[in-house]
Amino acid sequence: MIELEGLTKRYGEKVAVNNLTFAVRPGIITGFLGPNGAGKSTTMRMVLGLDRPTAGDVRIDGKHYDELKDPLKYIGALLDAKAVHGGRSAYHHLLCLAQANGIPAKRVHEVLDVVGLTAVAKKKAKGFSLGMGQRLGIAAALLGDPRILMFDEPVNGLDPEGIHWIRNLMKALAAQGRTVFVSSHLMSEMALTADHLVVIGQGRLLADTSMADFIAQNSRSYVRVRTPQREQLLDVLHEAGITVAGSGSEVLEVEGDKSERIGELAAQHRIVLHELSPQQASLEEAFMRLTAESVEYHAHGGQPAGQQGAQQEWGAEWRRG
Amino acid sequence: MSTPQPPMPQAAPDRPAAPGPSFPSYASPIPVVRTHLGHAIASEWTKMKSVRSTMWTLGVFVLLVVGIGLLAGAVVAGSPSDLSGENALSLGLFGLLLGSMCIITLGVLTTASEYGTGMVRTTMTACPSRGRVLAAKAVVFFLVAFVVTLVSSSLVAVAHVALLEGNGAEDPTGGEWLKATVGISLYIALLGLLSLAVGSIVRHSAGAITLMIGAVLAPLVIALFMFAQSLAGVRQALLEYSIPNQLSVFYTQSLSESGPSGWDPLWIALGVTAVVFAGACALLEKRDV
Repeated sequence: MIELEGLTKRYGEKVAVNNLTFAVRPGIITGFLGPNGAGKSTTMRMVLGLDRPTAGDVRIDGKHYDELKDPLKYIGALLDAKAVHGGRSAYHHLLCLAQANGIPAKRVHEVLDVVGLTAVAKKKAKGFSLGMGQRLGIAAALLGDPRILMFDEPVNGLDPEGIHWIRNLMKALAAQGRTVFVSSHLMSEMALTADHLVVIGQGRLLADTSMADFIAQNSRSYVRVRTPQREQLLDVLHEAGITVAGSGSEVLEVEGDKSERIGELAAQHRIVLHELSPQQASLEEAFMRLTAESVEYHAHGGQPAGQQGAQQEWGAEWRRG
Repeated sequence: MSTPQPPMPQAAPDRPAAPGPSFPSYASPIPVVRTHLGHAIASEWTKMKSVRSTMWTLGVFVLLVVGIGLLAGAVVAGSPSDLSGENALSLGLFGLLLGSMCIITLGVLTTASEYGTGMVRTTMTACPSRGRVLAAKAVVFFLVAFVVTLVSSSLVAVAHVALLEGNGAEDPTGGEWLKATVGISLYIALLGLLSLAVGSIVRHSAGAITLMIGAVLAPLVIALFMFAQSLAGVRQALLEYSIPNQLSVFYTQSLSESGPSGWDPLWIALGVTAVVFAGACALLEKRDV
């Protein structure tokens, strides 16, 4: 269990993490979601006592991180897979961490086996690929067989096989009753793994909800109808008691999954339909809507400057001037 | 992987738990240990011996101290120079003066390199007591630096006394032996410890090494260019308290009659290192990793 209470971190004028209060509970995977620069990593660093909070408090099983005498047995973390000395072998990297926590050396071999690095245990870490480095970081997190696991963007740079492996690993860890806290900036990834969702944007808490609730609220299904006889169809639908959510000049949107009913009604009243398609708003869209105001690095427009509006021949403005 | 353990009572959450199944907390079969400085020292020892830069810097150190020492001894022994009244041990200075650069480098790397690689975040996660980490690094580094310097300087001292017997050099007294071996080794190891503390403050290997080499050489170089009469006092102090001159005090061949003598350099080094080390500790506690 990780509990954050009004956690705040300021770097000069800039507020990186703003008054975060939530709890990460055992037995489930909690997804920690936010756009780049939202403060996810800073929050995780404060959980581990690496950064000092400007205000507020964070506790692991009721204790501050620096009160833990053998922290790796409480909480294992993968923050940055590159946070190793490149000249040290995987085995020695894990051994020095084990020794600092009084963990027996045979456990090092166990975790190397779990992540599949036994064959390269004596190889230097700088020769490792991104995926191997990520596996070494996960081995370090698992070293103390901790009750709480925290992964910062664990699937970054992994191949599909590696992503699949991490997903299953996290699920297995949570199923054993452990607390699993994993950050990502990809909603689609979280939808596949997380049971609970904490969303932040610009350091502020935007949502703290179960994944099921989030899906129920945000994955709006609707039917898109395109017809040249728009007015007639609107009347027919109104008579049948079907409310129309949005409508353009030729397009109607009807909430819910009513495509069959609409098709039948249209046929009965001899209304021509050009399109009748059930739609599902993606979770990614819901996430983007939620964090729209808090995205730190906006790209401007969909097109490069100078090509907006009417299509112009390249360099037309130059020639005119 | 370990097997799930019997359910453990879960801490009652003080706010109503969000909907979701309630699971028993996981309990590991790995025994809980109350860690202490010894664990951190074991960890730092593993770190130090498992990277090649340690072997390189210490290897070059031994090569410089022993190589230059023996070379100087052989050259002087082969020449018709008369060393009557001189101390045979004093030829060891040149090798150690150059070798101290290696110890400075190793000291800086012990702390600063972790910031370069990001390893420091892993280290501090494994041992949240930052003071303990720095203390463990200091203990391991100091012992390694002291033992290696002691072995090298003793080897050179024994060789010099044997080589220079025929040139009329005096037999060193017990006190002179002690200063030229244990004394100088303590001083060099302290210089390395100072570098380790500076590395922890600067957090940048190249910057800290430059700073330390500057501290060793700058006072002498600056003093060389202080021609003005009004600066004579400053010039004298810079010469006398420069690190090369402090090193030479251990061989009783100071550049001047005044200034540090006897075991003074060791106390100076101890004082400076203690102050900088305390500063490094305070900063480490205060700053984000």
